[in-house]
Amino acid sequence: MNLDDLASSSGEWLRGSGPESDIVISSRIRLARNLADFPFISRATDADRAEIERILHGRIDALREAGKAPAESLYLKVSDLPEVDRQFLVERQLISREHANSEGARAVVIDPAERFSVMINEEDHLRIQVMQSGLALAEAWEQINKLDDLIEEQVTYAFHERLGYLTACPTNVGTGVRVSVMLHLPALAITRQIEKVFKSLHKINLAVRGLYGEGSQATGDFYQISNQVTLGQTEEELAKKVADVVPVLIDYERQAREFLIRESQETLHDRVSRAFGILRTAQTITSEETMSLLSSVRMGINLGLIGELQIPTVNKLLIHTQPAHLQKLSGMELDSSDRNIERASYLRRHLNGDNKGSAANN
Amino acid sequence: MKCQKCDRQATFHITDLIDGEPSELHLCEECAQAFLSPAQEQGQEMMPAMAGLLAQHLAVGETADELARLDQRACPVCGITFLQFRKQGRLGCPHDYVFFEKELEPLLVSIHDQTRHVGKVPKRCPHGADQQTQLIRLRREMKEAISAEEYEKASELRDQIRTIEASFREKTE
Repeated sequence: MNLDDLASSSGEWLRGSGPESDIVISSRIRLARNLADFPFISRATDADRAEIERILHGRIDALREAGKAPAESLYLKVSDLPEVDRQFLVERQLISREHANSEGARAVVIDPAERFSVMINEEDHLRIQVMQSGLALAEAWEQINKLDDLIEEQVTYAFHERLGYLTACPTNVGTGVRVSVMLHLPALAITRQIEKVFKSLHKINLAVRGLYGEGSQATGDFYQISNQVTLGQTEEELAKKVADVVPVLIDYERQAREFLIRESQETLHDRVSRAFGILRTAQTITSEETMSLLSSVRMGINLGLIGELQIPTVNKLLIHTQPAHLQKLSGMELDSSDRNIERASYLRRHLNGDNKGSAANN
Repeated sequence: MKCQKCDRQATFHITDLIDGEPSELHLCEECAQAFLSPAQEQGQEMMPAMAGLLAQHLAVGETADELARLDQRACPVCGITFLQFRKQGRLGCPHDYVFFEKELEPLLVSIHDQTRHVGKVPKRCPHGADQQTQLIRLRREMKEAISAEEYEKASELRDQIRTIEASFREKTE
């Protein structure tokens, strides 16, 4: 198992199954943890960072040898990887952008099925995350809790009796937990109700992020809903708060889709068909346009407007058409305009059911 | 968490690239919209995450003198000053939560509305890890002693570090 194998596969969390998977892409939980006997990353010297990485590498190997962690899990020294590989891991949501771009010794442990990853020397010494397809927060908590226990057998965490797990940023102190659900909400965006929904989420202290957390303008109508508070509530309570709001959002999105079908079926069908048409025939296409069109197509499949395509294929295309994925899959370094050509070609190959990428058979 | 530009709740968490460096912003909806429409906010310098929030809190009930004195306080374990924390929004070591407890309290209330953890507790060292904290301090002091060519002091510190490390190994084995 290496990075190239990972590039051509697609993770457990993208398989497009699980409860409510037409709207809920994935459920994720992460824990922030620090070793008690080292400074936090911002005050750690290069030697400290290298020592933390060395110690944790050793402890994770010990877990693998004891059969407690999957033997086939991948240990990658992120600081030694070329930029395209680091970017690839970000696109795959196995590491954060901060982790990819920061300095000093850093590593990541990756489950080959992408059910979990553990970042070493991100903002905290350890960032453990678990991913599940669909809405499955209770299962995700159960898994990450076990994983956390396993790691804790090996190291002493920074912990304070009153304040809980101590983290580099006070926004994470206490449980150190971030519970998040990635939702696909295209109909709420089309009907311009999405802002109203966000406002009500803000009122109950939930945060909204884009697909890669980079801003409010979520590319392709994908939104991550997560807790902001980490102190004063149990992990289960925090997970439940997110889990409780998701059915409401799903219901709003379904209502908005029904409204669009009822009031403007032709317009909606036209939008979906045109999106599919462009994706199958374009000769050069940007990542942003691809995401936006795949979003329409994804909704079209769920509404029965497109019959010949499956959700897991669309989920996979969303990730595989990102810049670093295209370069890994083609085995070439590509500049932006070459990537747009390669992306269009990749889409034609995967959406036309032949390998020529010809538009003639549409 | 409150918006970095006003008093409302921050619900947009934006990673902005400034000179190619990612920088995190936490804004309420209105400020986020203003920020994301480039015509209005272009070129304006953004405060790093947390610093603005902290500055707001500290400005209340503190004179300039008090604030300056507070900013100079340095954690005896990792050496970070409160000013450095305010600038970067990240703490330096676990002991900062103890050393800056009073200063951090209003911040924790503002972010979490709570000051007491009620969730999971680790099986190992559930009551904290004082000896581990001492290791952070001793290692830093040893490094400083070596830089200052105080080798005798450095070797004493090394012995203390080894004693603590050895006691950990006994406990885990």
